[in-house]
Amino acid sequence: MTAWIDRLKQGLARTRAGLTDAIARVVGRGPSLGATQLEEIEEILISGDVGARLAAAIVGELGARLRRDGGSAAAALATLKALVAERLAGCERVFGLRQDGEPTVALVAGVNGSGKTTTIAKLASHLRERDPSLVVTLAAADTFRAAAIEQLTVWAERVGADVVKHQLGADPSAVVFDALERARRRGGVLLIDTAGRLQTKHNLMEELKKIERTVEKRLGRPSDERLLVVDATTGQNAISQASLFHEAIGLTGLVLTKLDGTAKGGVVLSIWEELKLPILYIGVGETREDLHEFSAREFVDALFGS
Amino acid sequence: MFDSLTSRLNAVFSRLRGKGRLTEADVAAGLREIRLVLLEADVHFKVVKDLMGRIQERAVGAEVLESLSPGQQVVKIVRDELVGLLGQERAPLSLDRRPAVIVLVGLQGSGKTTTAAKLALTLKKDGRKPALVAADVYRPAAIDQLEKLGGDLEIPVLSERGGNPVAIAGRALDWAKENLRDVVIIDTAGRLQIDEAMMRELEEVKRATAPDELLLVADAMTGQEAVNIASTFDQRLSLSGVILTKLDGDARGGAALSIRAVTGRPIKFVGTGEKIAELEPFHPARMADRILGMGDVLSLIEQAEEKLDQKKAEELAERILKNRFTLQDFLDQLLEMRKLGPLSQILDKLPGAAKLKAASPVDESEIDRTLAILRSMTLEERQNPSIIGGSRKKRIARGSGTKVRDVNQTLESFEQAKRALKQVGGKHGKGRFPPDLFKR
Repeated sequence: MTAWIDRLKQGLARTRAGLTDAIARVVGRGPSLGATQLEEIEEILISGDVGARLAAAIVGELGARLRRDGGSAAAALATLKALVAERLAGCERVFGLRQDGEPTVALVAGVNGSGKTTTIAKLASHLRERDPSLVVTLAAADTFRAAAIEQLTVWAERVGADVVKHQLGADPSAVVFDALERARRRGGVLLIDTAGRLQTKHNLMEELKKIERTVEKRLGRPSDERLLVVDATTGQNAISQASLFHEAIGLTGLVLTKLDGTAKGGVVLSIWEELKLPILYIGVGETREDLHEFSAREFVDALFGS
Repeated sequence: MFDSLTSRLNAVFSRLRGKGRLTEADVAAGLREIRLVLLEADVHFKVVKDLMGRIQERAVGAEVLESLSPGQQVVKIVRDELVGLLGQERAPLSLDRRPAVIVLVGLQGSGKTTTAAKLALTLKKDGRKPALVAADVYRPAAIDQLEKLGGDLEIPVLSERGGNPVAIAGRALDWAKENLRDVVIIDTAGRLQIDEAMMRELEEVKRATAPDELLLVADAMTGQEAVNIASTFDQRLSLSGVILTKLDGDARGGAALSIRAVTGRPIKFVGTGEKIAELEPFHPARMADRILGMGDVLSLIEQAEEKLDQKKAEELAERILKNRFTLQDFLDQLLEMRKLGPLSQILDKLPGAAKLKAASPVDESEIDRTLAILRSMTLEERQNPSIIGGSRKKRIARGSGTKVRDVNQTLESFEQAKRALKQVGGKHGKGRFPPDLFKR
């Protein structure tokens, strides 16, 4: 057993110097791609968390297209990128602000530790950069985690936003109710920070639904954005997260965080295929400037590590 | 999922009945299914590849077709391999030094601060005198969070706003001695394993504290990156073990296998909920079952053993035997069940329950309502429900904030349960009802 683990360890340590390099090595071995090379490309996609089934489908398509177009191995990488980009067509969308004088309301949800609070801070900063006169209100509706309110308050000061908060343990819907009052008076945009919750916790998902109902009741319409924050390090469970949060509050899009590490976030491909949820932003660091509008082309480049 | 893996494999093998032994080609077909299951569980693809080779070796030529269910036989081989790779049962913390030092490291959002508090509580329950050290000076309010958690648990917290993490960690030992603490848990800031400056900081924290345990806190939902994360942290810091968090969701937790494979370090604990008490020892067999989608029946049983009242269970068995099951027993039962936690969490541990739950979500408030109704009855009413007439029902409904209709419903479901129990008792005949049915 120990020898086996050692061997595996050495193998794993060599993993990944960028998917492109790996693919370049694979395709560099001959003029055309054989089954072995295609299988290796499939593994490379899997290592980017694309998921086994989708990776197989993409590679199947790659093989077929290369045969059809008589493409050389050298063209394989470009073809592969094009294939993935085609699949992602339509998944870009920008955060829109209401133009009718009503406040724009965004509900931000996600599992524990996905980066909701940091994302809200970045989003506030980003929106104010786009329009320095924009009034931004933050609702501290994570009343569960110790010091979550303090964390949001610190960020609010840094990015020049107003924060509506209650005590630890308060009803998050009550916080949202007050925040909506404030937002209606002040206009601009209201970003609602919610507690982290695993998508399988029925009670907590009910609590989230209640928050959304509070918005609907107060404004006579749903929140303008209902965003799920997904950690790019997450594997296939992100699909379960997206579908269950979508079921609960009808998501309008995703924010993919922590893409500054080595994780590729390939699971969003599956989420897009299955749920057609657009990706609005990616998070790439801990400072407030580290939020970028999502670009499918850049994402595909990053997925393959170029 | 266990059922579905087994049945998927059975479908593959059913064509091969009567051949007696599996050939390489037969096994290859089955292995493709297993490979998919493991990859869907986020086990690293190289680990999967290696496992496949070993499973193939063991499965080829095995007399699995003799049995009615070759799928199950192969699942057993797979399971054995996974358990073997996941490592030893219950790797304890080695904290002999007084004061001993535990350092927690990991990515942002993996759950270090919550885990620090959980660990402190576990050690406190074990009779140690833990203390917490807030060495995350970067994330806004991280110190507040640890101070709050420490305050709730009545465990002292060393913190220094605007301080230097290495200096704070360095002072921790002396501070612990002065405060008569025998183990300190150092909560460090989340960091990416490729952040050179931050990784160097951890090396310095390690040098300054010479920790007895240096644990990687890893999110069970981590995908293929688990390998890069764990191997880099291990290479830089030489970990003593791993704590896997957020296992209370529906993540299959293949990362556990990847981390074990790449570091060889034991997984010491798993985090199973948001409550501070929800930290459990790691069990390789259960983890293997989970990765294969087989549910976590064993830990449910263990939890039941720990929390349910043995004597009451025996008395209950006795009463059912004599058909004297009352509303009081019904109330006791509900309260006992509550000790295991919310029903939804109990269901999480049962195989196939995910689907069941999606179909008909468990409504905790319904149980709350039933409890309220039962508690609004007098002891006499609970022991002899036949005396509950119209006016008593009205009073009970008022007392429990429900409608008479709800009271009727509760009484009806109790009668149903009683009839069902009577049948169980009757089937075995008087005296033949196994007296140890409710024993552990």
